[in-house]
Amino acid sequence: MTAIEVRGLRKTYGSRSAVSGIDLSVPHGEVFALLGPNGAGKTTTVEILEGHRRRDSGDVRVLGQDPAVGGRAWRARIGIVLQSATDVADLTVAETVRHIASLYPRPRPAAEVIELTGLGDKAKAKVRALSGGQRRRLDVALGIVGRPEIVFLDEPTTGFDPHARRQFWQLVRALAAEGTTILLTTHYLDEAEALADRLAVIADGVLVAEGTPATLGGRAGAGATVSWTGPAGPVSEQTADPVALIAKLTAAGDDLPGLTVTRPSLEDTYLALIGEQR
Amino acid sequence: MTTAAALPSTARMGLSRGKVEILQFSRDRTAVTFSFLFPAMLLLLFGSIFGDDYDQPGLSAAQIFSASMIAYGIVSTAFITMGVGIATDREDGTLKRLRGTPVTATAYFLGKLILVAALTVAEVAVLLAAGVAFFDLPLPTDAGRWFTFGWLLVLSVVACGLLGIAASALVRSARTAGAVLNVPVVALQFISGVFIHPITQLPDWMITVASVFPVKWMAQGFRSVFLPDTAAGLEAGGAWEHGRIALVLLAWCVIGSVLCLSTFRWTNTRDV
Repeated sequence: MTAIEVRGLRKTYGSRSAVSGIDLSVPHGEVFALLGPNGAGKTTTVEILEGHRRRDSGDVRVLGQDPAVGGRAWRARIGIVLQSATDVADLTVAETVRHIASLYPRPRPAAEVIELTGLGDKAKAKVRALSGGQRRRLDVALGIVGRPEIVFLDEPTTGFDPHARRQFWQLVRALAAEGTTILLTTHYLDEAEALADRLAVIADGVLVAEGTPATLGGRAGAGATVSWTGPAGPVSEQTADPVALIAKLTAAGDDLPGLTVTRPSLEDTYLALIGEQR
Repeated sequence: MTTAAALPSTARMGLSRGKVEILQFSRDRTAVTFSFLFPAMLLLLFGSIFGDDYDQPGLSAAQIFSASMIAYGIVSTAFITMGVGIATDREDGTLKRLRGTPVTATAYFLGKLILVAALTVAEVAVLLAAGVAFFDLPLPTDAGRWFTFGWLLVLSVVACGLLGIAASALVRSARTAGAVLNVPVVALQFISGVFIHPITQLPDWMITVASVFPVKWMAQGFRSVFLPDTAAGLEAGGAWEHGRIALVLLAWCVIGSVLCLSTFRWTNTRDV
């Protein structure tokens, strides 16, 4: 059984089409990333899957249930990590986690969730005193305290410093290791590459590519660029077979100082993919 | 799998909401100061300005204000706090977060009503203390009057609280909520005989309009608890009219429930 199944999803705001026919399938236990520029339809798609927004047409199943009519029992099985909440400012971290836990049938112990999200030494701090990164980790804590089978993370690390992002990635990996299905949206390519088992690129409301971080958009089969410093200065050559090219170059016993072999980065592939849509 | 564990009951979740609502409110010093001291300040001002200039023996204008002002205190804590609180919850993500959990809307409302009930009891205590300390307001000694006080308080809080929930649907942002909600409240205080006594000084049409809304009946009810029965002659109907007060307030409880169930929105996006 798949955790998320989407067929022909459409959503229009007035005359503007936000999502124009998306198909997705995410198996249980997978970390799936949805990439795309701002306004591509990522958040609309995720909010429909969360049950926060109604769709115009298409078939959607999350944990076997249509989110538009998902009842309390269904909501107990999903975890939503909010993007920009500023609530509970006057409560402490521990009070907040305990309270949200009280709304679920079999929550994780509050202390365990606080440790897992790295907020152990902040448990007694007021939420308003947390830094941006700590606040988002609290949002994750509140999203997972109900022991969800699937977690929605919508642009979770926007505005993080690099250190906070690495910590956040560790947290997502820990959740994935427990078998939680994770749907992540992001516009950071390195984040998708670091976390996702599979990913899809969405642009102007349609999926333009789907694959693993290594194969997305034909990346694995794309040509490589071999560069080195020759007697007359830096040289670059495009080739489908870099090994053969290097063997040929070194056959005469020459040294190849500054040798590099590069394939298109995920970012190059991504930009090419969304560029086609523009 | 997850099938075994039962979902928490609405009552349990409502209590849990009530606890964090009270905790959060008590830590917001501005809210605490403003909502408690404002009605008390009005009472001290009105009471001191009009002082004793009242021609009925054994009854001062300040004592009448002390009784009527309890109605204002309840409207200000129950209706305004509820309306502003929900508008704020909609804006800061509280409602969006709760919408993603197994909580029920009823449990959320229950939490708000618990907050509002606690605030109202405290508010009424502050007003009574001020009335007793500054204006010699006599506290009733017979159980009958306290019984009237009890049911009046409960019906008033529930009616005003439910109407506050309904009114929050009309408010677009938390920033303007206080101003918007205060317009009907202040207007009703004037035409309901809270600030003007006796109410019969008002034009007939004003009394007719005020009689549709709960505030006039609440103020009349609290006067009946704290003033001597001779003062009943100053009311619009020439009597305390307890039966009618109870009926009007009950009717507003029903109207409020229907309105809040039919107008409540979890978010301020229109398409959800």
